[in-house]
Amino acid sequence: MDKKYGVYICTGCGIGDVLDIESLSGVASGEGLPVKTHEFLCGKDGVSVLNKDIEENGINTLIIAACSRRVNFDTFRFPGCIVDRVNIREQVVWSHPRADFPALEEEQKNDGEHFDRVQMLAEDYLRMGMAKVQKIQLPEPYKVENLSRKVLVIGGGITGISAAMDVAKAGYDVTIVEKENSLGGYASKIRKQLPVNAPYDNLINPVIQSKIREAESFSNITVKTGTMVARIAGQPGEFTVTFKKPGEKIEFDVPYPLPPEMKVDENGKELDADKLNEKYMEYNQGRKDILTLDPDGELYGSVILAAGWRPAEIGGDQYAHLGYGQIPDVVTNHQFEEIAAKGKIVKPSDGKEAKSVVFIQSPGKDQDDRDFEYAGAVTSLVSLKQAKYVREDYADGKAYILYQHMRTPGLSENFYKGIQQDPGIFLTKGQVISVSKNGSGLIVEADNTLLGDKIAVKADMVVLAAGMVPETKFDPVVNLAYRQGPAFRDIGLFNGYSDSNFICFPYETQRTGIYAAGGIRRSMTMEEAIEDASGAALKAIQCLESVNRGVSVHPRSGDMTFPDFFFQRCTQCKRCTEECPFGALDDDAKGTPKPNPTRCRRCGTCMGACPERIIGFADYNIDSIGSMVKSIWVPSSDDYYEPPMRIIGLVCENDAYPALDIAGLNKLSYSADVRFIPVRCLGSVNVIWIKDALAQGMDGVFLLGCKHGDDYQCHFVKGSELANIRMQKIGDALASLALETERVAQFEIAIDEYDKIPQIVNDFVDSVVAMGPNPFKGF
Amino acid sequence: MTEDKAAPASGSILVVGGGISGLTAALEAAEVGYEVFLVEKNPSLGGRVSQLNQYFPKLCPPTCGLEINFRRIKDNPRVKVFTLAEVEKVEGSPGNYNVAIRLNPRYVNENCTCCGACAEACRTEIPSEHNFSMNRTKAAYLPHEMAFPARYVISPQIVGTDDGARCMEACKYNAVDLDMKAKTLNLAVGSVIWATGWQPYDATKMDNLGFGLYQNVVTNMMLERLASKNGPTQGKIVRPSDDKAPASVAFVQCAGSRDENHLPYCSYICCMASLKHATYIRAQYPDAKIYIFYIDLRAPGDRYEKFYTKIKEDKNVFFIKGKVAEVSEDPNTKNIMVVAENAVTGEKIRQTVEMAVLATGMQPTAAVSKLSADLKYNEDGFIINDYDKGGMFAAGCANKPADVVSSNQNATGMALKAIQTLVRR
Repeated sequence: MDKKYGVYICTGCGIGDVLDIESLSGVASGEGLPVKTHEFLCGKDGVSVLNKDIEENGINTLIIAACSRRVNFDTFRFPGCIVDRVNIREQVVWSHPRADFPALEEEQKNDGEHFDRVQMLAEDYLRMGMAKVQKIQLPEPYKVENLSRKVLVIGGGITGISAAMDVAKAGYDVTIVEKENSLGGYASKIRKQLPVNAPYDNLINPVIQSKIREAESFSNITVKTGTMVARIAGQPGEFTVTFKKPGEKIEFDVPYPLPPEMKVDENGKELDADKLNEKYMEYNQGRKDILTLDPDGELYGSVILAAGWRPAEIGGDQYAHLGYGQIPDVVTNHQFEEIAAKGKIVKPSDGKEAKSVVFIQSPGKDQDDRDFEYAGAVTSLVSLKQAKYVREDYADGKAYILYQHMRTPGLSENFYKGIQQDPGIFLTKGQVISVSKNGSGLIVEADNTLLGDKIAVKADMVVLAAGMVPETKFDPVVNLAYRQGPAFRDIGLFNGYSDSNFICFPYETQRTGIYAAGGIRRSMTMEEAIEDASGAALKAIQCLESVNRGVSVHPRSGDMTFPDFFFQRCTQCKRCTEECPFGALDDDAKGTPKPNPTRCRRCGTCMGACPERIIGFADYNIDSIGSMVKSIWVPSSDDYYEPPMRIIGLVCENDAYPALDIAGLNKLSYSADVRFIPVRCLGSVNVIWIKDALAQGMDGVFLLGCKHGDDYQCHFVKGSELANIRMQKIGDALASLALETERVAQFEIAIDEYDKIPQIVNDFVDSVVAMGPNPFKGF
Repeated sequence: MTEDKAAPASGSILVVGGGISGLTAALEAAEVGYEVFLVEKNPSLGGRVSQLNQYFPKLCPPTCGLEINFRRIKDNPRVKVFTLAEVEKVEGSPGNYNVAIRLNPRYVNENCTCCGACAEACRTEIPSEHNFSMNRTKAAYLPHEMAFPARYVISPQIVGTDDGARCMEACKYNAVDLDMKAKTLNLAVGSVIWATGWQPYDATKMDNLGFGLYQNVVTNMMLERLASKNGPTQGKIVRPSDDKAPASVAFVQCAGSRDENHLPYCSYICCMASLKHATYIRAQYPDAKIYIFYIDLRAPGDRYEKFYTKIKEDKNVFFIKGKVAEVSEDPNTKNIMVVAENAVTGEKIRQTVEMAVLATGMQPTAAVSKLSADLKYNEDGFIINDYDKGGMFAAGCANKPADVVSSNQNATGMALKAIQTLVRR
């Protein structure tokens, strides 16, 4: 588009009282841009000025110097126009009161000694806005060629079936793939289910068979049993899926990346691209590379992962006192359910009636009150349910439940209360000391119980409350034909669970278009799994509708931009492929990345990673930020006797930028020598911006973003962590320029830590002042 | 070729309640392509979570997730937000509801630039609802600094007073409109999601626990505000009687919950919340003694258990299995004595502390004020979802006691159920 610029300066909310608006306008008019000022730009009259300019004067690129872009977002939205908001309210006048930064007296102006830091700040921000809009374009959506609106559900248990029906009821086609020869999964192997409604007193018959019948009645549900996913290639909207029979070896089985030790030669040096490819092909012999699409594959738009869980193994020293594996009548809750589903409860050792059963909820060693691993509330509830089986089978049956904490949260407390009324079920807190043989029976000793110290309970059987281990702990399941590998990334960090930002956005994973539900996501009851399936179904549909509209999914939902590559200059360094938190890029045999735009979440980590600076977005790229950096005026001793420092703060727009706004709203004041540039994520920060800033004489650069580590707060999972690694490496580059490494820093800030901003900013400025000006200043 | 069936919208969805469940339900549906009306009775969105200092178990600020959700609203013209709005009536059947919404006056119009001049001019102070009346705020106020929408509100209390006139005069942008009247808005929607959330159970109802009688007995939600930087004490946890740093704090679990006389069910979040509160106190007072009186510590699941394990490592956090029977005050020191029986040893415990926190439970909003629609409730006031009938669904804590994770999960699912109703039509 042919840009026609217009600069608009609001003088309201104290802006006009603090700044010399004429001089500020001069910044734009000096560049030949038309400038208008208004005392209430966001009011009806102010907006009509803008609209009039757009309609009558053909202005299509607006630089609006006023309040933060976080407010009046709808007031200043002009379809078809490029709009940049220059924040001179929250981040200039509100955070730099004249009490702290006095205006110049008439005689101080142009005396070569005095300068107005706040005015300089506002003028720089305006320059930066003007520089930016020259370098950005209106985005055009990316559309996939062969959009599929079909959803694939992996797993035909109760979660998968529920998810499939939920998708089908919303009007979409769906396929269930189940590796067993029939649907139903674990839900078809149980005796009874927990009650879900008041009065919560009786167990209910399993619902799975009626669910299966219902699912089979849908014309838009296809079921593939005895089948598994060999690979999922491509990207959301057009995943190409290859199915196979379990145990079969086929050429479209997913290849695995080379393990790190195979990527180097005997001297530990990284192999070259050809050699790496050769090794990779060897390692994955008989399997096609990820970039070869299966011509017989089926197209799907998105995937629901409902592959379920495995019963946790109980083994090792920490459980030795429980006799499991040694005494046949000590079983897990899972094994007990199998026995109960077959008929009356009998002892595995001799097939005789088990009328007295002890349920052990927490292993109890070493004074620890922890439950078994991967337990969750479900194991408490299952113990209560299975205690009821004993009572169903034998009028004189007795069940003992030894727990540390009875975990029946929420409304499931009602079921617990019902159980407490049963005279044949004994419930007590207690520390299990040992389980041992006692003739043909067993004896369980426990301490610190509600029934007294050191009790001994005779039992026919003992049941251990083992947890539910997600299938993804053992196997990638999704078998993604992605260069980063077939599994979810960082699965170890989450104990085998696939989720990423689990509190706020529980369905998000590090793989776009794939949504987990049920026991693979958390230890949960069937009732919870059914509900969980609905949410995953929504996300799957939402993803393919977003792909259809050519926009990003969470967290930049609706963003129409996507990364664009200038391949002629690519040096095949693979950093973008390796660093993308979402595995959006697949490089070919030479190492040239192949973008998969619908896998992309638009964080810009690839752009930050690229040493050749060939990656950018329509409205956010190396040049747009670089030009903002270059537009900042760096006064030197030619200008002033003691020129002020010039420091750049690259701030994450998700957390740090709002925190700056709130600091402004609270009128917290901090140094006026820092220029903030919002970035999509610290992961998108390219070190060239920092080098450019220092090369043009700026005195310091800092990054301000979220917490990283195990409890990371990054919306893009890895951004602040990657930035931190890059900043550590930048030290060498600075040393080669004979600059102190301390001139570049990264600080952590959470969105609510706005009160820390003055100190963080001022301390850094002080440390730069102590180092003295950048020696390159003025060159 | 792409099929151009972009928004498969055949009707719109009303979401009642702009807390975390309502926000999630509204946004998830809107991002599929449906038109959504989000109605919130308070002046800003965010609900209960906007009053929290941190989330368990990550100890991260709720405003972080809220900010992203607000941005999703800003970027999505399909979501229409109404604040200070209450549903007066819902009539009709699945796929076809007529809704009357009462829009209460804000006395501040869209001209508001959030500059704060009205608050500066205003002299009247009213108890801050956001801070459970622990402090006062000007009668012309921004609900809190992260409030969305970022627009001031004027309390009806100063309408027609000199103060009202002062606010009007102070506003350079003609944003103060004291003649604003309540209006009724009629909407036709295909389905309704009730995300009306919860209220902290009224702690004065438990006459043995001393809330309302003794100053140094506070509730868990009050502690959230005390720990918040934008709270009444700027984040400093102090005891209300003398603003002193507490050297010892007792947590009374199941204050109302799991109690036939109050809330018979478990409120789901209070155990984890108190464990989190122990970290708040520890962060400010390295030596404070913390006593947690509980029936069962419900920290289920891998992540929660790990969090609990970490707290157990703190040698100055004491866990006592025993329900608190009585709370009393030493009138001189204003210290609190907590009496409980240790369920394991049978021993009677009398623990004197400088401050006590009642882990009060959640009560569904519908139990406190009935909703004007044809809904089924359980005996505690939680809405029962009838999927066969469809049309209207409860999400989050309107449906059952839940933490933020489960609320978001549930609300995402309910967005789909609402969509299914529209598709079926």
